Amino acid sequence: MIENGPLLQVENLRTHFVTERGLVRAVDGVSFNLDQGVTLGLVGESGCGKTILCRTLMGLLPPSAKISEDARVVFNGRDLRNLNEKALRAIRGREVAMIFQDPMTSLNPVMKVGAQISETLIHHMGTSKQEARERGIELLRAVGISAPERRIDEYPHQLSGGIRQRVAIAIALACEPKLLIADEPTTALDVTVQSGILDLLREQQRERNMSMILITHDLGVVAGRTDEIAVMYAGKMVERSATKQLFGNTRMPYTQALMESIPQLDHPTHTRLKTISGQPPNLIYPPPGCRFAPRCSRAEERCRAEEPQLGADGAGDHIFACWRPVGAAEGEAA
Amino acid sequence: MSQAEQQRDAMAKPVLRVEDMVVEFRLSKREVVHAVSGVSFDIYPGETLGLVGESGCGKSTTARSVMQLPVPTSGKVILNGTDLTALSGEELRRQRKDFQIIFQDPISSLNPRRKVKDIVEMPLVVMKEGTPEERAARVREVLTAVGLDPDYALDRRPFQFSGGQCQRISIARALVSEPSVLICDEPVSALDVSIQAQIINLLQDMKERYDLTMLFISHDLSVVKVVCDRVAVMYLGRICELTDSETLYRKPAHPYTAALLSAIPEADPNRAPQPIAMKDGELPSATNPPPGCRFHTRCPRAQQICTEVIPPLEEIAARHQVACHFPLSDD
Repeated sequence: MIENGPLLQVENLRTHFVTERGLVRAVDGVSFNLDQGVTLGLVGESGCGKTILCRTLMGLLPPSAKISEDARVVFNGRDLRNLNEKALRAIRGREVAMIFQDPMTSLNPVMKVGAQISETLIHHMGTSKQEARERGIELLRAVGISAPERRIDEYPHQLSGGIRQRVAIAIALACEPKLLIADEPTTALDVTVQSGILDLLREQQRERNMSMILITHDLGVVAGRTDEIAVMYAGKMVERSATKQLFGNTRMPYTQALMESIPQLDHPTHTRLKTISGQPPNLIYPPPGCRFAPRCSRAEERCRAEEPQLGADGAGDHIFACWRPVGAAEGEAA
Repeated sequence: MSQAEQQRDAMAKPVLRVEDMVVEFRLSKREVVHAVSGVSFDIYPGETLGLVGESGCGKSTTARSVMQLPVPTSGKVILNGTDLTALSGEELRRQRKDFQIIFQDPISSLNPRRKVKDIVEMPLVVMKEGTPEERAARVREVLTAVGLDPDYALDRRPFQFSGGQCQRISIARALVSEPSVLICDEPVSALDVSIQAQIINLLQDMKERYDLTMLFISHDLSVVKVVCDRVAVMYLGRICELTDSETLYRKPAHPYTAALLSAIPEADPNRAPQPIAMKDGELPSATNPPPGCRFHTRCPRAQQICTEVIPPLEEIAARHQVACHFPLSDD
């Protein structure tokens, strides 16, 4: 175990899918580190590769997926790429846990809530049945479910969407994972339920000093509740920095355009929203150069020919992949 | 509001008036879902009325019952002076060219086996409007208006388009019969933010170009704020507050509206997420709604009277209606 290194190191990860129509480059060269106790918001539109990236980390990919040979995914000192299925299974659910968007389909409809929590504990920790049940009740209480002694014997269909997602969180936390991946955990929920779930995740993350990756398409969700944000576009990570820095000093035109296209409460009625013209590119034939160039208002010839790499201008951890970043003097390159 | 506006309002007749609409679904002999329980509102020419609330509050049922799909259990839906609930099947079908709807999921609301030209032309065929040539010309015109190239789109099928483009096709289909009222049921909820903005702008353009009056349903309060002139907030089958959007967001008077607003996550890291101004607990069941004010089980201001007496929707200020025994005031 590494004492001071990052908990998770991803290097040059490419996840491609072999399809009849060609090779889909869902994740195309992503590298990042995640430290212990840090919450990373992973933001992007559908199809940008954020979910596939996290499924790759979890080893939950369909057989048609191909991960590049030179990719490294080092978690807690071990390269997950070198582990066999059995070793992976010992990590999955125990050291890395995941929560999905729709709690109705991620829970087993014919198993009582208690059995679903116990299952994880018995499998990974060798807990006895009786102990697992008691621990299950504690966990349900910890995620803010009232009357956990009663709820533990209920089936998922008896619970509301918000309570179901709390159960999914309880299952994910059961083995005290080091990393929690939450894939759009509140997208299927009402706004009044959403804030409760996000607060719960934040609170549990801090209490347990877990690392967390919060995947979302909603910048509002990550703004107040993450330490760092990474923005993805068309299989690439295009900007990454501390949360406040990203909102205060956006450099990548895509990130800026994304922020500007969100309707704001302080917009007067009938405000014309800024839009990003066109659509995200086809990942079988991504455009040459910067993948955002065809939709970017700042794009010039170089953007369409040469691919920008993630880098900083000057000091700091704020990195972005752009030849003509927002806020730079004209002609200055990244 | 200026005096001129007041006069205009007094003179203008609403395009759509919904009077005490009740929609109930019978589950069994003893169980009834009270989906909509006495909802009334007017929409004036050229106006967009927003309908917001959590899932299960009856906003989609309200929209569909305005469309007479299903016909409301009781109450009236008056479109340009005609009560739709009193019409026979054939009369209603003839009226339908005047009020159209678009749905949340643009892909499942289009027939996957039909070509775009047939999908968009269908309402005209059903309503027996025009000759084939006139209809074809109209389809081309409306496709162009929603930002699609007719030469590209006409002979293609829905799967060949993205979600945003499919929503454009749905809008074209809704507008082809030149309705005066367009009902939008969560039209952008299934779309990505960058596409959402394109469709919101398109709807606003279409509203101006075709003189539309709109009923706009959404669970997203920021979207509603941008699109709507007035907003009605629904909770468990009843309207709890109805006013113009600026007032609603600046000075919400119903505790539920305030709670909803406090729950919106803002894209600003310097503003810490606020605690939500509502008691824990879930939306009560619509088969057995609480007596009195339906929100009292979650309301931080609830008192004895709230559990017994249904608060009527009353004007607390000009054009500001609230159904609450203890509305929030300015201080």
